[in-house]
Amino acid sequence: MQATNILILILGLGLFAFYLGRGRSLAVAKPLGGIRHIHSLPSYYGAHVALWCALPSLLLLGLWMIFDDLLINSIVLKSLVAGGISTNAVGDGLLLNKVANLAEGVLPRKGEAPAMVAAADLMLRLQVISRWSLTALMLTLSLIGFGWSWSRISSTFRARPRVEKVMEKLLLTCACVAIFTTLGIVLSVLFESIQFFRSVPIDDFVFGLDWSPQTAIREDQVGSSGSFGAVPLFVGTLLISAVAMFVAVPVGLMSAIYLAEYASKTVRSYAKPALEVLAGIPTVVYGFFAALTVAPFLRDLGASFGLSVSSESALAAGGVMGVMIIPFISSLADDVITAVPQSMRDGSLAMGATKSETVRNVIIPAALPGIVGGIMLAVSRAIGETMIVVMAAGMAAKLTANPLDSVTTVTVQIVTLLTGDQEFDSPKTLAAFALGLMLFVVTLMLNIFALQIVKKYREQYD
Amino acid sequence: MTEPANNLQKIRKSLSRRNRSEQRFRWYGRLAIFIGLAAVSVLFTDIVSKGHGAFRITYLQLEVDYDQSAIGVDNLGDPKQLVQGDWQAIPKLALRKQFPDVSGRSDKRKLYGLVSNGAGFDLKDRLIANPLLLGERETVWLLADDDIDTYYKSWLDGEPYAARLSDKQVTWIAELHDQGKIRLQFNSNLFTRGDSREPEQAGIRGAVMGSLFTLLLTLILSFPIGVAAAIYLEEFAPKNGWTDFIEVNINNLAAVPSIIFGLLGLAIFINFFHIPRSVPIVGGLVLTLMTLPTIIITSRAAIKSVPPSIREAALGMGASKYQMVLHHVLPLALPGMLTGAIIGMAQALGESAPLLMIGMVAFIVDIPGGFSDPATVLPVQIFLWADSPERAFIEKTSAAIMILLSFLIIMNTSAVWLRKRLERRW
Amino acid sequence: MNAIERASPALAAKSDAKQNLEVADNQVTVGQSFTDAPKMTMRNVNVFYDDKQAIHDVSVDISKNEVIAMIGPSGCGKSTFLRSLNRMNDTVESCRVEGEICMDGENLYAPKLDVVELRARVGMVFQKPNPFPKSIYDNVAYGPKIHGLADTRVDLDEIVENSLRKASLWEEVKERLHQSGTGLSGGQQQRLCIARAIAVSPEVILMDEPCSALDPIATAKIEELIEELSQNFTIAIVTHSMQQAARVSHRTAYFHLGRLIEVNPTEQVFTMPEHELTEAYITGRFG
Repeated sequence: MQATNILILILGLGLFAFYLGRGRSLAVAKPLGGIRHIHSLPSYYGAHVALWCALPSLLLLGLWMIFDDLLINSIVLKSLVAGGISTNAVGDGLLLNKVANLAEGVLPRKGEAPAMVAAADLMLRLQVISRWSLTALMLTLSLIGFGWSWSRISSTFRARPRVEKVMEKLLLTCACVAIFTTLGIVLSVLFESIQFFRSVPIDDFVFGLDWSPQTAIREDQVGSSGSFGAVPLFVGTLLISAVAMFVAVPVGLMSAIYLAEYASKTVRSYAKPALEVLAGIPTVVYGFFAALTVAPFLRDLGASFGLSVSSESALAAGGVMGVMIIPFISSLADDVITAVPQSMRDGSLAMGATKSETVRNVIIPAALPGIVGGIMLAVSRAIGETMIVVMAAGMAAKLTANPLDSVTTVTVQIVTLLTGDQEFDSPKTLAAFALGLMLFVVTLMLNIFALQIVKKYREQYD
Repeated sequence: MTEPANNLQKIRKSLSRRNRSEQRFRWYGRLAIFIGLAAVSVLFTDIVSKGHGAFRITYLQLEVDYDQSAIGVDNLGDPKQLVQGDWQAIPKLALRKQFPDVSGRSDKRKLYGLVSNGAGFDLKDRLIANPLLLGERETVWLLADDDIDTYYKSWLDGEPYAARLSDKQVTWIAELHDQGKIRLQFNSNLFTRGDSREPEQAGIRGAVMGSLFTLLLTLILSFPIGVAAAIYLEEFAPKNGWTDFIEVNINNLAAVPSIIFGLLGLAIFINFFHIPRSVPIVGGLVLTLMTLPTIIITSRAAIKSVPPSIREAALGMGASKYQMVLHHVLPLALPGMLTGAIIGMAQALGESAPLLMIGMVAFIVDIPGGFSDPATVLPVQIFLWADSPERAFIEKTSAAIMILLSFLIIMNTSAVWLRKRLERRW
Repeated sequence: MNAIERASPALAAKSDAKQNLEVADNQVTVGQSFTDAPKMTMRNVNVFYDDKQAIHDVSVDISKNEVIAMIGPSGCGKSTFLRSLNRMNDTVESCRVEGEICMDGENLYAPKLDVVELRARVGMVFQKPNPFPKSIYDNVAYGPKIHGLADTRVDLDEIVENSLRKASLWEEVKERLHQSGTGLSGGQQQRLCIARAIAVSPEVILMDEPCSALDPIATAKIEELIEELSQNFTIAIVTHSMQQAARVSHRTAYFHLGRLIEVNPTEQVFTMPEHELTEAYITGRFG
């Protein structure tokens, strides 16, 4: 937690610098006859000094945290090679992990090769050096920044524009976090997926009909043909999403229509929030409900009709997911339906159309783009939904379109492949990232497309 | 062109059919609303009916001897003795005394199975608190085993579930019941303990603390960043491609499946930055990235709702753009932003999928005391318990869900209250 | 107020600089409110929004194939009154109508009356052109389709063409019947809405400031159209333009603060109004 201490220290210094800078500007202003005779308000001088004191060293801290591990690891690896321990590209990470564990004392040092122990000591030493040099560098930077900006305080110094310029850059950085996040997602899934596709050809993955990642645990079977065919997962995902949409679209749409066009103000003011309660329930609760209540109920119901319904049926998971999505569709549809101008309704009603004729022939066609966009967003949500399917859908990849059967989905497999202790570089874990890539690409396309449609629709009636 | 009179006839003829179809349509709407509301009520009734029992738990009254030789402890100040002592011997002895005629290995094991495996440790804690009790005898209420608890509750409800009990155990319980030596008490363990493999000893304290630390970090990071981003986009951003790109990114991130954020956390925070797994720091970072779009979008809406006249008034006084934002726009938009933050936090509190990816799904008994202690969170605890085979965990899971839902209800109502109370209407 | 309480027109008040625009509670409509062979009769109509009364005790007749204009300062309730004639006010939850509104002797607010039938008989054209986001053809065919007026496609084509011709729009749109109605100019859109209204051959057409969103040339066309239509239809038009009322209508009704002040033949209203408020309004002393 050394980094946190440094962080707090620097922030404290910054605060201190602020008061010093402000005090100095006041001192400068006094002989001139008050603060109206200096360019900016005293607090801007303070802020200017504080920014110069804290920002550069904080930037350094950030860069240091990214690069010091890389540097230390490469030095340690060199020493290992020099010590006669053979490495290869795949083993590097494992080896370094082991060294790190030795250094932290997680693994006992007894019985390890001397080169390993030496490397562990080297790592410890390097970490200490890195920490102290970081602290020293940051303090120096802070002091330099402080001294320089302190010396610039004068009655003509334009502190406010400078501070505001820096603030704007800071705000811009915050806004760019969204871009960094997207970039981070793309890089993390893409990088690992490329590694995965090196051992499993991409067309085997996308078009393969057999999914059994467990067989690949044995070394000699890495990338063996057919075991990473993701088609059953795609089919399972689509099946469950289809069941969910089958429940959510009619119910969500009809309730939106009823609430927007028929319900009195009082009914609307109670029913709408009541429906939205469904949207606020955590997915893990739906998962529990699906697995422990709905699935057994459907199984017993099926049995009473002589049907064999799996206790992990796609119907249960999809049905409950549909219930979860109802408020999503109904509130989106409600938005677009109420956005249809009242003059459309008046026009149709004045022709002698009944309300339902108005809804069917005028309002729905007018709101259609918005509704379609909303449904696409809902589909994207169903595809990416995780907890319900992890808890209520099956694990076995079965290629079937029968909703009474048990299927597995992309998200279920990502979770099963990545939970538990795994070696990070095994094809099994990498496969999860490849599935993640698929999921990301598909949902991204759905989202962009849907948001575009909805945006265009909104502009039409704004 | 048709004549009005002729038309009127045709219209009149079609009326009843059209009115029927109108009624039908109306009923479809009512049905849809009913299905939605029914789903809400079925869900809540189901959870409450399954979970209400977990707030009470079965205790047995036994007369225990704190017998030094049986426990193997004569000095409570010696940590070594404390570790090695056979604490479970105390309840075992007491049970044998209660039922002196039980003999035979398997019967005795069944008898010992009446109390929780942790009962001995509870007595140990009691002894350490009152060292004078050593060597003494007292009557105490001891935690019953989870199977006994399940049976006793179902028996009280008139539908005994004895699948996991032997006939002898059933008669012992009946005997204890007749003597008034078995009863239900408020289950304080649920709120004061961490996770456990034994359902009767498992509590949500660890998960609640984990959620607290994770959410605290999420709030500390996402609120300032989100508000700053919103201010930039609403007040300062030039209309150019880069700004559009930022906006597209924010809107898309709001719709990216949460599990993808888990993959991001695993690949970047754990494998690249080497932050340890299972700790609230990683959880907080991942949830920050996840809730940021929500907070940015609601904050922007709040800023947008401040009328331009206020801005013009401030600028007209010669305020700089920052002074205008800081002194006028921000205070007026703050209630809306806070509402957004609460909604974002509620969303983060219920989220579990990305946390599975970053190892917050581990079995953790100790209650976390900081941001870097291994922890799990409330929804993940629910997931873990739901996966456990013991029947008693169903009750626990439902109770944990009830607690999670009450947190969410509190957060959401306070958001609504805040919006109603503080938001200005222009 | 006291000046107006006198039943006869008080020309003396003309010179009164501080003219009182209040209306007494017992204000009676002056002029020729009632006709011999009325198409529609309104008696003691009161309209409320929640507790706020928008129309006070209005009684007037509309005779067959006449054009009656309703004028008055904004907020005087003329649109509200018009909308209660085909029960469009039903769509406003808080709105309540009292009194008797009859067409051909049949009470429009009778419980067993079907508004669908009523609105097919009493069409309406709105202030802002509101074509449906459908093709021109479908806009006009909408009414006949929902009411089942055309048995065959040929019938429907004929109705559409006839309606467009009557709305003098046919020549302009016959080449692009299947393009969107929202792509037309404002004036064309309004004529499309009129075509849409007459496609179901209503007996009465209500027009709520049909030209207020249009330019003068488009307005002239619509006015011309109204004159033609008056041969076949009874038309009630609300307008904020006195000139328009003078140009198109046979009779004019002047509304003031929710009360009907005066109804008289248009010529008379604009040359020698009976009531001083009417006079004050048409001479532009307020508006």
